[in-house]
Amino acid sequence: MTTVEDPPAVIQAPERRIRILERPRATTGKFSWVTTVDHKKIAIMYATLALCFFVVGGIEALFIRLQLAQPDGTILSAARYNEFFTMHGTTMVFLLGMPIAAAFGNFLVPLMIGARDVAFPRLNMLGFWVFALGGLFLYSSFALGGAPDGGWFGYAPLTSTPLAAGYLPGRGTDFWTVGIIMLGIGSVATAVNFLVTILNMRAPGMTMMRMPVFVWMMLVVAFLTLFAMPPVTAALIMVFMDRNFHTNFFNAAAGGDPLMYQNLFWIFGHPEVYILILPGMGIVSEILPVFSRKPLFGYSIVVFSGIAIGFLGWGVWAHHMFTSGLGPVAVSAFGLSTMLIAIPTGVKIFNWLATVWGGAVRLRTPMLFALGFIAQFTVGGLSGVMHSIVPSDTQQTDTYFVVAHFHYVLFGGLVFAVFGGFYYWWPKVFGTMLNERMGKLNFWLMVIGFNLTFFPMHFLGFEGQPRRTYTYPSGMGWDTMNLLATIGAFIIATSVAVFIVNVIFTARRGERVSHDPWDGRTLEWSIPSPPPEYNFAVVPIVTGIDDYWHRKYTEDDEGRLVKLPAGGAVDDAEHAPAGFDPHSIHMPSPSYWPLIFAIALPIMGYGFVFKNWYLLAAGVVVAFFGLNGWAIEPSAEPEPSGTEAH
Amino acid sequence: MLDRTQRFRRAGATAAIAIAVVTLASCGDSTGPKNKQNALRPAGKYSRQILHLTEPFFWIAVLVGLGVIGGTFFVALRFREKPGEERAVKQVHGNTILEISWTIIPALILLVMAVPTIATIFSLAKKPTGPNVVHVTVTARQWWWQFHYDDPGNGVETANELHIPIGAPISLTLQGPPACSPAPCYANGVLHSFWVPELNGKKDVVPGRKQFLKLEADKPGTYLGQCAEYCGLSHADMRLRVIAQTPADYDAWVKSQLATKTSEAALETGVNNTTYQCASCHSFKSGTAGAVAPNLAHLADRTAFAGDKYLLNYDNLWHWVYDAPGRKPMGKLVQHMPAFNQVGMSQAEAQKIACFLLTNTATNPNPPSECAGK
Repeated sequence: MTTVEDPPAVIQAPERRIRILERPRATTGKFSWVTTVDHKKIAIMYATLALCFFVVGGIEALFIRLQLAQPDGTILSAARYNEFFTMHGTTMVFLLGMPIAAAFGNFLVPLMIGARDVAFPRLNMLGFWVFALGGLFLYSSFALGGAPDGGWFGYAPLTSTPLAAGYLPGRGTDFWTVGIIMLGIGSVATAVNFLVTILNMRAPGMTMMRMPVFVWMMLVVAFLTLFAMPPVTAALIMVFMDRNFHTNFFNAAAGGDPLMYQNLFWIFGHPEVYILILPGMGIVSEILPVFSRKPLFGYSIVVFSGIAIGFLGWGVWAHHMFTSGLGPVAVSAFGLSTMLIAIPTGVKIFNWLATVWGGAVRLRTPMLFALGFIAQFTVGGLSGVMHSIVPSDTQQTDTYFVVAHFHYVLFGGLVFAVFGGFYYWWPKVFGTMLNERMGKLNFWLMVIGFNLTFFPMHFLGFEGQPRRTYTYPSGMGWDTMNLLATIGAFIIATSVAVFIVNVIFTARRGERVSHDPWDGRTLEWSIPSPPPEYNFAVVPIVTGIDDYWHRKYTEDDEGRLVKLPAGGAVDDAEHAPAGFDPHSIHMPSPSYWPLIFAIALPIMGYGFVFKNWYLLAAGVVVAFFGLNGWAIEPSAEPEPSGTEAH
Repeated sequence: MLDRTQRFRRAGATAAIAIAVVTLASCGDSTGPKNKQNALRPAGKYSRQILHLTEPFFWIAVLVGLGVIGGTFFVALRFREKPGEERAVKQVHGNTILEISWTIIPALILLVMAVPTIATIFSLAKKPTGPNVVHVTVTARQWWWQFHYDDPGNGVETANELHIPIGAPISLTLQGPPACSPAPCYANGVLHSFWVPELNGKKDVVPGRKQFLKLEADKPGTYLGQCAEYCGLSHADMRLRVIAQTPADYDAWVKSQLATKTSEAALETGVNNTTYQCASCHSFKSGTAGAVAPNLAHLADRTAFAGDKYLLNYDNLWHWVYDAPGRKPMGKLVQHMPAFNQVGMSQAEAQKIACFLLTNTATNPNPPSECAGK
């Protein structure tokens, strides 16, 4: 390996450190995953880890369901139950929902806009490692003095009252506040990267209104993340200060206001719902046209509806607080704004159905999941509108009706879209096709299990069962439905197991498929599977929506589909103009520094949680070491072709 | 081997049957005779007002939902491509009239729903007036409910069980416990939510604020309720019951609760002692709040205790006195009913205290048989 020539002024002091952590070159081999800045590898790591957390959060849910399978359950203690429901929510929102969107976004956004990389590869890498270490930090609380048990929403003053009062004993809440702040840093880094990538890195001709809907949704999500994380970060810092340094932000006895926490949390928390669901809507908007062989119905309306949902999402936060005593004027206003948000959501659903209408529908696994999304998300959307009927909400809120509602949105919606996305893009990511028979089994088990678990919860809520209760007495009429829900939960678990078996089976068999097995429409299908590190041998020049589709098909006078004889050649090195040399494409080199900065965060975090100021100082030192190295790291020159030794 | 169409139809039918079974099971369950905590069976005008508002929208939602789900099945099956078939699909990119109509029609439906919604919001927020309104201050404690009647001539102090007269509006003032002193102490409480579904929707209890909620019951009966805002370890065990009585029965109950009983002093001396110091938290005087724990002067008149977790009877009560944290999770709460068995209380002592509490009351002249001779 040759040493990089640096300007002398830069290397004076930190010369030795740079030698130690010299910019790595290896882009293959196991270790290269640790230092990679390749958006596709980062995407695979995001998805793998998010799925692991999905399984962990799912196991917590199974314990919750076992405890509630019958009245006076004794599987879990009250303390353990409260930890499990808190960590189930926290995990599914912060360690599954947000990172899985980052996984799809990372893999697909550059490919869909015809870019060779993201705008900030090292920032992107930081986002992943902060998520990974932040997630482990949160889970380390189980071994280090108690897991978070204040709910995923962590309402003050329960969470903010100092430990001495004994409301929430243990360090769980400290792990939770510090952990969520940490994960927020990663989310914002990722959001900034997506924003700049989408706005600045599009291929020639890829105008905004030619971008795939998934890219549009990721753009909206990036904006939402950027503006939603600051208020919750402020709220969490206040909770931490109240709890540990005896400030009085939420201490009513000293003039603080508990409702301020709720306002700050839900100004984050409601946009967060759209941060979670919009990527799912994007995935569905990509799958439906491909498996109907028709363009998305009303593309611009669907895009606009997504933007409208993003904007309106800022104006509905108080509908989480309808019973907190805001007064009739405020709740009327937020009731109306909540009704308003149903309109663009409904428009999307109708456009999706119109997309499938009249198409040549292929009911392959991705399409089944997308159709499942439409049906189940609609149920969640309608129960959501019922919450805007404020007096009805005073009966429904904090009951199992709400649990049913948001699981129809986030499981029936997002999780179904994510599984559809896995089946759809698997051949692009790995060059192999997941087994279709197991896929269908996976789908139907999930549909049956999901509806069996969550449909009865609507009635449980109406009949008075509150959320977040570790037990309920017999004789309330809740027994049968709770038992059904528990059975359903285990059917869901079975369907996830089928998926995992399918992944292992597919990896073992390793049967290759073509670069475009679904007859796709968007640019990612125009390049080899899996894509080369540089994505596009020749950067495409885009002439319309669904550019790749129009290289394969045209329309006759009556608008019917006509196949072009020689359309749709793969955009790879062989088809590139003569003299094309992949090594001449400058790709960003791997780096250690974002990882070092990411490692500093949990060190600081433990310092805060245990009030160990030496640990905190050590973390700060590591953070500066990482940032400094990052800032002055030279960009590695591409090596002369043919001399690549590793 | 079935062909694909048949397989899909069969899978679809299975799913439909599964959902139907769940729905039916749910409906069957809801008519269970014992559930008195059911928002679908309102027992007073406020709760009924809410259900009447919910119902039309619920059915609209059911219709729209069935329409979209049916539509999804329809487009999937009707336009399914047969194996080997290559259909020249007409490429439709959009339709302005359709877009406008499916924007405007939902907007109109929502507009129609908004009018009664807002009317109901303001109607439910209106404080009741008149001579028959009963005013009660509700203090949400960790994890039980303290009730204090505020009307002139009615200073009843009770816990977890709210007696109300039927046909009269009950005006509740919800509050957190009073701030403790001196600092630093943190007994100002956390969020709770007061909810008796058959009598009205819920309202949060927010430390530092006084919140308003009204109740009204049509006919005598017991209506169950529960804290609906997560409040820590024993959130599930923070229950309550509302006992609605005819005005005559209610007046009699108020009188009995205010009666200064000759046995009150005996009760205090009988129960309280220097080792266990019950009176440092509880009060044994009618109409007087305990420092942090329920008033026990009329305990025997109640039907349940410990945040309505246990029915009041001899066995439940002495076990509670003996080892409360073993019967209801208390965690590390600074002030809670201690585990007296760990500071030397014998079972016999606990039984004796329970008997004192159950025997010495004006309105409950029949002591439990187990207490004979204790």
